[in-house]
Amino acid sequence: MAPDAPLLSMTGITKAFPGVRALDGVDLDVLPGEVHCLLGQNGAGKSTLIKVLAGAHQPDGGRINWRGEDVTLRSPIAAMRLGIATIYQELDLVEGLSVAENVFLGHEPTSAGFVVRTREARAAAAALLRRLGHPEIGAGRLVGELSAAQQQIVSMARALSHDVRLIVMDEPSAALDPDEVDNLFRIVADLTADGVAVVYISHRLEEIRRIGDRVTVLKDGRAVAGGLPAKSTPTSDVVALMTGRTVEYVFPERPSAHRSRPVAGAPRGASATAPVLRVRGLARDGEFAPLDLDLHPGEIVGLAGLVGSGRSEILETVYGARRPSAGRVEVDGTPLRPGSVRAAVRAGLGLAPEERKAQALLMLESVTRNVSVSSMSRFSRGGWLDRRAERAAAQRAVRELSLRPDNPDVPIRALSGGNQQKAVLARWLLRGCRVLLLDEPTRGVDVGARAELYAVIRRLAADGLAVLLVSSEVPEVLGLADRVLVLREGRVVHAAPARELDESRVLDLVMEGSPTS
Amino acid sequence: MTQPASPAQQGGPDTSERPAAPEKAGPARKTAGAGLLGTLRERTDVRILSLLGVLAVLVLIGGVTKPDEFLDTRNLQLVLTQSSVIGVVTVGVTFVIMSGGIDLSVGAIVALASVWATTVASQEYGFWGVLCTALLVGLGCGLVNGVLVAYGGMVPFIATLAMLASARGLALQITGGRTQVVSIDGILRLGEHDSYLLGIPPLVLVFAAVTVVGWLVLNRTTFGRRTVAVGGNAEAARLAGIDIRRQRLYLYLLSGLCCGIAAFLLIVLSGSGQNTNGNLYELDAIAAAIIGGTLLSGGRGTITGSVLGVLIFTTITNIFALNNLQTDVQQIAKGAIIVAAVLVQRRTSTTP
Repeated sequence: MAPDAPLLSMTGITKAFPGVRALDGVDLDVLPGEVHCLLGQNGAGKSTLIKVLAGAHQPDGGRINWRGEDVTLRSPIAAMRLGIATIYQELDLVEGLSVAENVFLGHEPTSAGFVVRTREARAAAAALLRRLGHPEIGAGRLVGELSAAQQQIVSMARALSHDVRLIVMDEPSAALDPDEVDNLFRIVADLTADGVAVVYISHRLEEIRRIGDRVTVLKDGRAVAGGLPAKSTPTSDVVALMTGRTVEYVFPERPSAHRSRPVAGAPRGASATAPVLRVRGLARDGEFAPLDLDLHPGEIVGLAGLVGSGRSEILETVYGARRPSAGRVEVDGTPLRPGSVRAAVRAGLGLAPEERKAQALLMLESVTRNVSVSSMSRFSRGGWLDRRAERAAAQRAVRELSLRPDNPDVPIRALSGGNQQKAVLARWLLRGCRVLLLDEPTRGVDVGARAELYAVIRRLAADGLAVLLVSSEVPEVLGLADRVLVLREGRVVHAAPARELDESRVLDLVMEGSPTS
Repeated sequence: MTQPASPAQQGGPDTSERPAAPEKAGPARKTAGAGLLGTLRERTDVRILSLLGVLAVLVLIGGVTKPDEFLDTRNLQLVLTQSSVIGVVTVGVTFVIMSGGIDLSVGAIVALASVWATTVASQEYGFWGVLCTALLVGLGCGLVNGVLVAYGGMVPFIATLAMLASARGLALQITGGRTQVVSIDGILRLGEHDSYLLGIPPLVLVFAAVTVVGWLVLNRTTFGRRTVAVGGNAEAARLAGIDIRRQRLYLYLLSGLCCGIAAFLLIVLSGSGQNTNGNLYELDAIAAAIIGGTLLSGGRGTITGSVLGVLIFTTITNIFALNNLQTDVQQIAKGAIIVAAVLVQRRTSTTP
């Protein structure tokens, strides 16, 4: 192998999931001993790409060339045998096993093929941990007793226990303290000095500048730039690459009244309207710092931030699905019982959660039953359901949101993502909710249907609903919201009317985090 | 990541049977055609029909092998009577399983309720003393189960397993292993022929009533709807504003109540209370619910299916007994039926 020959080169990788084209012809090449950074917004295809590389997903098309030979990565084991190890964001360790057992899980040193040579395994694990600069992690300890940072080290030791030539790290610094990050970087430097290549995924540009050699930027399932110098490419170029869109977002025209709003984001009719939702000092330890927020009828407030910045946690805490460690939530001046979803729903809050299927839908049920589930008392007397009234009301709600098919008797699972989301909105519409909390409302919704959802959300707001919107897609927040709060690591770092922000400014704030408030 | 090809495959069966009657079907339902629409109802109907088919085949086998004995009115009355006790228990268990829970303690609760209700002290209060004691003991045990599961955060399997052990132990302690004979005429008479209504034993009428009420509660009330929602997706139900803990408590209470009713039926049937009553009812009831199409993970199931499951099992037992086949062969046949039913269920249900 020539010295400059790439260790790995992936060309034209495609991968589609039902309804989504996750990878649309991605190229990536990695040289031995380099740190190759992958950048891209949420949903750009990073995770899918590394899963293909780890053998966890099979690509629909494209070639993977490994050390000069075309290979197929049929399974995670196949990838590991070639020397490709992946450290996922969610660590995949068995908490009930010891460090050494985890490190050698699946390839334990054995006698006679099945008796694990425990002592040997422990010694080897201890050697790996020393190499990683963490001799204090005992090889015999249970992984469940270790801290997140230590578990990550164990994960890395496991990767190194194979004859590894390429390590993929998915946001390894996300769970680490600053000094732990320093140690991580030292390990990365050691590895690359030995000729091991690292594919490094991070949202933090400053990290990429520190340890990266080259950068590949993904956007909408394509590599929009490959092999840029990590240290010298200007931030503005990187951000431009990440945001320059091929996908058009179609937002409905803002009602003109919104334009004349004062900076504070007071609603139409100005200061006369009292906020329907008032959040004061709401916080959850380790998730987000005390938050103040006023939400007026007819107003859409957006929370922008990366995954893990506390967005969803804030919504769920406002909704009572998580118990706050401090602060309170008031609706019309009346405080809600903390940690009670029922109290929130009674007071007029409604949540369209992030994981629609897992958190919102009754997948075995019809549209009607999914829509009526929060308002059953309206269609019942003494617990006895009036199914005719229920169906009629569901039918009206479904028509109002132009759900397709507009027959409420179809099973919800037969609907597309966008229509399923509309069914969730219909649920709250039927309930007569006054504050709608939307968590990633367009996740898994295809582009055409998005525009429709945007229009629906806008219309609901125009009818006087207050909306709190969370999205990792910055254009969505900017296009829909009247006012935007930018979050970084559980803190509001910026608050401004949406029209005073643009995408690169928000991305800057989200990634670099120059606190202004 | 194989995705089901057609919407027809995707549509799961309805979680609750709808009446076959056309009521309010309306034009919308018809125009959208069989494809998407039909799936919820049809899948359930197919299952009910196939269970009826199995039952018909069994009746045929019984009729052919022992024409005189099997089709005799008394034998049919016997089959239905035998189904009644376990049938009532199964209706309660079906609710619990539909909600994603499990109740292993039903047999033990039946035993405890039957012996508690037949103690000398309970019998002093006559018919109503026995009946009320049975129901209250059932409810009490259900309350304990419900509180442990819903508010104590215990896994249903463990909580009801503990109840199984303790209730059986308590039942043994009460009787000291003796059979407690009932001496109340009003109760004993219910088991006799002259109290049959149009040839139907009162026990069977109770079973029928419990079935109808269970069906109505599951399909026509908010309680039933919440049960299905909690079983189908507890997190979604919680976020939709349903008090899932209270719902779970009610469900174990319901199951306990059904055990109390079953205990009373058993007292009528045997004229006594024994601590060995209701042995392995938990398994029979769960098996009947499963072959009736109830999803063990919750969210899907029908009362009709469960009741047919009970009838199928009782009929098999009856046919085997008439043909002098030993219980071991019966057990093997039951096991095979459970496996077959679940395999069919897997084929027809969807991979998520």
